Amino acid sequence: MVLLTRKIEFAASHLYNNPDFSPEENLRIFGKCNNPHGHGHNYTLEVTVAGEPDPVTGMVLDLKDLKEILEREVMQRMDHRFLNYEVPELAGQIPTCENIARVIWQLLDPKIKQGTLHRVRLYETPDLFADCYRNGAAGAKAS
Amino acid sequence: MNSGAQFGEVKVDLGRRYRFAASHRLHNAALSEEENWRLYGKCNNPYGHGHNYVVEVVVSGKVDPATGMIANLADLDGFVQREVLDPFDHKSLNEDVAAFRGTVPTTENLCMEIFRRLKPFPNARLERVRIQETSNNSFEYAGDNPEGFER
Repeated sequence: MVLLTRKIEFAASHLYNNPDFSPEENLRIFGKCNNPHGHGHNYTLEVTVAGEPDPVTGMVLDLKDLKEILEREVMQRMDHRFLNYEVPELAGQIPTCENIARVIWQLLDPKIKQGTLHRVRLYETPDLFADCYRNGAAGAKAS
Repeated sequence: MNSGAQFGEVKVDLGRRYRFAASHRLHNAALSEEENWRLYGKCNNPYGHGHNYVVEVVVSGKVDPATGMIANLADLDGFVQREVLDPFDHKSLNEDVAAFRGTVPTTENLCMEIFRRLKPFPNARLERVRIQETSNNSFEYAGDNPEGFER
């Protein structure tokens, strides 16, 4: 098995606010991330696909295809967007690094036809990231 | 707040990097001066030397639908600050950290000591600790769970 990773960057804004909480609770739990006008990050996304290289092409999957999938599924949805208001997949969720990474996993997983999605790593800053793996016994650990 | 479609099919880990600067000397009192020098080379310099350590802490757990978080970063940051950064930053590992009185403060041992200190974090499961001693070398420890290592 070979792992192949492609990296992209996008810029987006967000804020953390749970309407079920009081303003005081929101501020206590989310701190400055609760600023009502939002704030932004340069996100770095690393997408890793696992598979056997095709004997004819030598590729796990064509990087050009992966690039197009990332452009369509991630860049067009999230780049230069306000994640709370402009990304329907995140509606009703706090757009934390964990939740954005999970939404990206769910968007990409069905689109990758050659090889299998192995890991999604999303950096919100160079010092904070979330990793997503396939859960369960048939997950990334075993593949 | 909803928990996201298909929750449970994806395992989510949260990674956070911290930094501290400290000095150490690699020296085993049970060995002769010559053996120490042969084994540890310039790291055996009697006055010690220092590094800017980068500590990557990875935790896992259920993403709380109400907060979208595995663990509140303020809690994780506070715990790491108290357990690791306060006692280690700008210190001599050999002289100032009790665990290294009788143990050589290699980054392997440092990894294991930091893992031991962070394991009790109450709000999430500690998966692994990775330490970059310099930009050219790094060490990882996942306790007794080899599946905690980066995949």
